Amino acid sequence: MPSSFFFFFFAKMSGSSNLVAMKKVVQQLRFEASINRVKVSQAAADLQQFCMQNALQDPLLTGVSSSTNPFRPQKVCSFL
Amino acid sequence: MCDQTFMAITFGPCDNCSTTSPLMNIYIKNEPTNYCSFCVEMMACQGLLKGETLASLKNESESLKKKLEEERAKLHDVELHQVAEKIEVVSALSIKTRRVLKGHGNKVLCMDWCKDKRRLVSSSQDGKVIVWDGFTLNKEHAVPMPCTWVMACAYAPSGCAIACGGLDNKCSVYPLSLDKNENLAAKKKSVAMHTNYLSGCTFTNSDMQILTSSGDGTCALWDVESGQLLQSFHGHTADVLSLDLAPSETGNTFVSGGCDKKANVWDMRSGQNVQSFETHESDINCVKYYPSGDAFASASDDATCRLYDLRADREVAVYQKDSIIFGVSSLDFSLSGRLLFGGYNDYTINIWDVLKGNRVSMLFGHENRVSTVKVSPDGTSVCSASWDNTLRIWA
Repeated sequence: MPSSFFFFFFAKMSGSSNLVAMKKVVQQLRFEASINRVKVSQAAADLQQFCMQNALQDPLLTGVSSSTNPFRPQKVCSFL
Repeated sequence: MCDQTFMAITFGPCDNCSTTSPLMNIYIKNEPTNYCSFCVEMMACQGLLKGETLASLKNESESLKKKLEEERAKLHDVELHQVAEKIEVVSALSIKTRRVLKGHGNKVLCMDWCKDKRRLVSSSQDGKVIVWDGFTLNKEHAVPMPCTWVMACAYAPSGCAIACGGLDNKCSVYPLSLDKNENLAAKKKSVAMHTNYLSGCTFTNSDMQILTSSGDGTCALWDVESGQLLQSFHGHTADVLSLDLAPSETGNTFVSGGCDKKANVWDMRSGQNVQSFETHESDINCVKYYPSGDAFASASDDATCRLYDLRADREVAVYQKDSIIFGVSSLDFSLSGRLLFGGYNDYTINIWDVLKGNRVSMLFGHENRVSTVKVSPDGTSVCSASWDNTLRIWA
């Protein structure tokens, strides 16, 4: 029995890895086709809303003064 | 076609045929089992339904791809920059070089910020990994790696450890001690093992797990303490060059991009590829999530950066200009997501308005390719690493 089992398998060997790969591709595509999507207008509006809500807390966008930004050079105070 | 071998962490008798060989960890009906590759193929063939042949599967895959395209196109009712027409333009930015970190002997390939917003770690082609204090320019630690081209480095969330790797195909974790004289190299812990170079690594929300991407086409999740492989992610058909974890509020997913021009979104628990995007015309060098977690951007050798929205399941913006012909190696968003910083191979950093799609500003200063760009955790500055052996902090 083992010899016929192997014979059967080797006859299919060249085709099997292609079939396996193809089966995986089809399963993945079926999965991807089934997800829920929203309209771009809705998604874009949400992205924009996030930006607007957080704009004031974005130091690179609004620019912060030298005294609050640790990387900007501070004006040196001199004692008169 | 890359050398995409599976990671065999066990070697022993197969659960099905009992021959001793490298085993693949697979799940059959949610049960973890170990099968040798021979049995996996046999099982997959038996899984074919009656009448399924290569031809019928090909047809089904073509029709599914078409259906996907149609579904995605149906929802494409407007462009992002059209929605953003009514908002104000970004006011002039006054971002300049504030610090130049010199000390590496060769190209700086990667860098990462610490959560304390001042420390950063950088890795270089010369095999050195250096931990810097960004405020004082002090080099706090220097770790020599046994390999050159340390392409990935990451800071642990606690700030107590760093992870790095590259041509050694491994990701190693070094605990950082306060004792300056301590020999860090001696405390090295090898966590990840791939069959090709390590291109990216990041800690997950704790110091206990690391996510890695590799030239062998896979990504993997590892437990730091035991070095055990927790989950592997197969799906890319070429080297994976970058990965990024979703911001913590949005759940257990991450995105990866690679030389197969695809950006894939993965579920960390199941290992499933949940979404895939293929619109770039060349290798994707870097992927980064938008701060809200609903979108991500990718940087590619085709000289464009693209924004993909996860809920709309499509590309929503392309950041390109005819005058930009060099590839983008890295990108990052500012804190609000309004600005996108891209590091280009023409030695510059371009700053894009994410919503309107136009370029806002350019940062000059580096004398060679920019390899990595990262915004600090509190958003006050951007750090860029370059092949000119230096890092620059801009604010």
